[in-house]
Amino acid sequence: MERSKLAKVKLPKEKLVELDAFIDSLEDKEGLLIHILHKAQEIFGYLSLEVQLYISKRLDIPAAKVFGVVSFYSYFTQEPRGKHTISMCMGTACFVKGSEQILETFCNELGVKSGETSKDGLFTIKDVRCIGACGLAPVAMIDDKVYGHLTVESVKEILDEYRKEEQNENQHSESVI
Amino acid sequence: MKISTLSQLYEAKANNESIYKLRETGDAVEAKPEILVGMATCGIAAGAKKTIAALEKALKENGLTDVKVNSVGCIGSCYCEPTIQVNIPGQAPVYYGYVDEMAAGEIVKSHLVNGVVFDSKLLKIGFEKADKEKRDGKRQQRIALRNCGSVDPQNIMDYIAYRGYEALGKVLEEKDPEAVLEVIKKSGLRGRGGGGYPTGYKWHATAIQPGKEKYIICNADEGDPGAFMDRSILEGDPHSVLEAMAIGGYATGANKGFIYIRAEYPLAIERLKTAMAQAEELGLLGKNIFGSGFDFDIELRLGAGAFVCGEETALIHSAEGVRGEPTKKPPFPSVAGYKGKPTTVNNVETYANVPPIILNGADWFAGIGTEKSKGTKVFALVGKVNKVGLVEVPMGTTLREIIYDIGGGITGDKNFRAVQTGGPSGGVITVENLDTPIDYDSLKEIGSMMGSGGMIVMDESDCMVNIAKFYLGFTQEESCGKCTPCRIGTKRMYEILDKITKGEGEPEDLVKLDSLGQNIKLSALCGLGQTAPNPVLSTMKYFKEEYERHVFDHKCDTGSCKGMRVYRILEDKCIGCRACVKVCPVNCISMVQKPAHRIDQTLCTKCGACFAACKYDAIVIE
Repeated sequence: MERSKLAKVKLPKEKLVELDAFIDSLEDKEGLLIHILHKAQEIFGYLSLEVQLYISKRLDIPAAKVFGVVSFYSYFTQEPRGKHTISMCMGTACFVKGSEQILETFCNELGVKSGETSKDGLFTIKDVRCIGACGLAPVAMIDDKVYGHLTVESVKEILDEYRKEEQNENQHSESVI
Repeated sequence: MKISTLSQLYEAKANNESIYKLRETGDAVEAKPEILVGMATCGIAAGAKKTIAALEKALKENGLTDVKVNSVGCIGSCYCEPTIQVNIPGQAPVYYGYVDEMAAGEIVKSHLVNGVVFDSKLLKIGFEKADKEKRDGKRQQRIALRNCGSVDPQNIMDYIAYRGYEALGKVLEEKDPEAVLEVIKKSGLRGRGGGGYPTGYKWHATAIQPGKEKYIICNADEGDPGAFMDRSILEGDPHSVLEAMAIGGYATGANKGFIYIRAEYPLAIERLKTAMAQAEELGLLGKNIFGSGFDFDIELRLGAGAFVCGEETALIHSAEGVRGEPTKKPPFPSVAGYKGKPTTVNNVETYANVPPIILNGADWFAGIGTEKSKGTKVFALVGKVNKVGLVEVPMGTTLREIIYDIGGGITGDKNFRAVQTGGPSGGVITVENLDTPIDYDSLKEIGSMMGSGGMIVMDESDCMVNIAKFYLGFTQEESCGKCTPCRIGTKRMYEILDKITKGEGEPEDLVKLDSLGQNIKLSALCGLGQTAPNPVLSTMKYFKEEYERHVFDHKCDTGSCKGMRVYRILEDKCIGCRACVKVCPVNCISMVQKPAHRIDQTLCTKCGACFAACKYDAIVIE
């Protein structure tokens, strides 16, 4: 995005206040750049160029340095994510127990490729390296919850659970309105 | 309350003695019964939270309000989670596995109300630590994992009851830093993160540097896919790492420690934070610890998903808040590390060994293991093995003992094929080396390495070329891109392997793979690149025929390489149910001769959907 356009994008004020408060509470600000980015991602959901630029100004370091760090680490995302993030473990233990097929099932069910977000905005799926629950291989994490011993069938059931929950929420909010 | 002398620590220990006695010796007659529930990541994923709720509900319904339910770490029996331990004063602990909500209620009724052990979920009864389940025999010995599954990681008094912080107190009150270095050197402890560098000498190298500003770092960036011992220690016994870091800080002259931990381990992070706060509150971390004048603080630094950050120079850069790219050694971190100051970096499991060495002496530790590798090693035994879990065995134990005696053998009726140790940096061990005693040096000799302790068991259905491709795909993606051999070399190797697994391999590809591999090993900048070709070179050495079969015949006998698969319908078995027709995404299955179906091979994308859908075993992979 061009700089002139960037300047016009407004970040939500209350979120910026939260980020500011966090940055102010730190002593060694520059050394804690990764720490700050973790927090920013937690607050904004993803690290847009505007957020990165804002942090670079706040810490008085080049935006290129912030971008360099963001793009280096796979935990940081520059794209908005779906409501739920599915992290399919592609560690070795899961791999030998058929995680490739499970990932394929997730992708087919959602109609997307790994790394993408489903059209309904409900799920983002990505393959991750070992989440350390090898005893339950193959495993996936949906947000912070770990699902183990996955099969083609259980994948569908799990997705349906989330979809149902979403439907219920929507119905509930409609009835409130 | 503050603990500022060793005698105050002993007092706290005495006050909590019943915790230890109830769990370990049984003579805590005055204590109340308790149920311990394994609440590490895998336990929780298997439903331990529901188990706790069911236990509490059943206890309430039966009026057993004085029975406490406590959360502990993992006892290592991942295959039968959730696991619980019932401790009744005067009796030996009873371990149960596969405890779901229903079983929880039954156990309360049978064991706690009627006093009868609930047999169908029983794992083991007894005190011996190394013998926590029936499967273990006497072959396990727990040093690094000594408290995992026994202490409540969120309660520092549990740890103190198990002689926690006693080693730190003794060191600060009775020993000067040089004496501590001597003990660690003499014990023969070597780095458990993979390299196996002697810990005492690493500490010594930092200790002799001039200047007051030094750092000590705990490498908890457990990135090796298939290994989770560090997570387990941090979730089950975080204080042992904090205590050991303080001891290391004292020995090397560092007053500040960092724990660099993966952001992917939220539970371990949470438990470390709680543990640090509790230790600070008691004065066991912070200023003037044990009244010795020694100050020591620990800070957490979160990783952000980069395998290369397990390399110590890359880790230090990442802890400084920049891109985690490695730099050339020397200078070693012990000379110029964090912020250019002398820094020691050790792995979680290495630290977990330190307090027992101080308490029991260097000779005790040096008496365990082999000539050059002392003590024990924790392995994450995973893959195609019956009893998946964490095992800790003395160095020198053979693979056969680990896989067959402890792990209960290979799943199904399949045959053992190979074990991968050392993760993406290691190699395969085949059937001919099943009886090699495992230590740092013997593994190197047979072309693999210890690594952090991932042990992935593979059976005859696993294709070695595909596994090599998997590992290379991993290192390729994780290569930081700084040096050419790693950035481009591994990419080219991956492309060749990809070609081979698609059935397009040519004979000269094998020559190219070998020469690329050898060159990358010699020329890459850091450990990641230097070891990246290992899985390929090692599988090429031990499974040459398999590579040749892929390249010359374009066949993968295990059917793992999708591109070479041919799905065929057995006409005599097919009943014409149309299940395969319905799932085929490219509509290439049709009925040819009633009732049998046939697959049009020219259209088939080899997705395997029909194979999975067939309930009559009528579809085979050739």
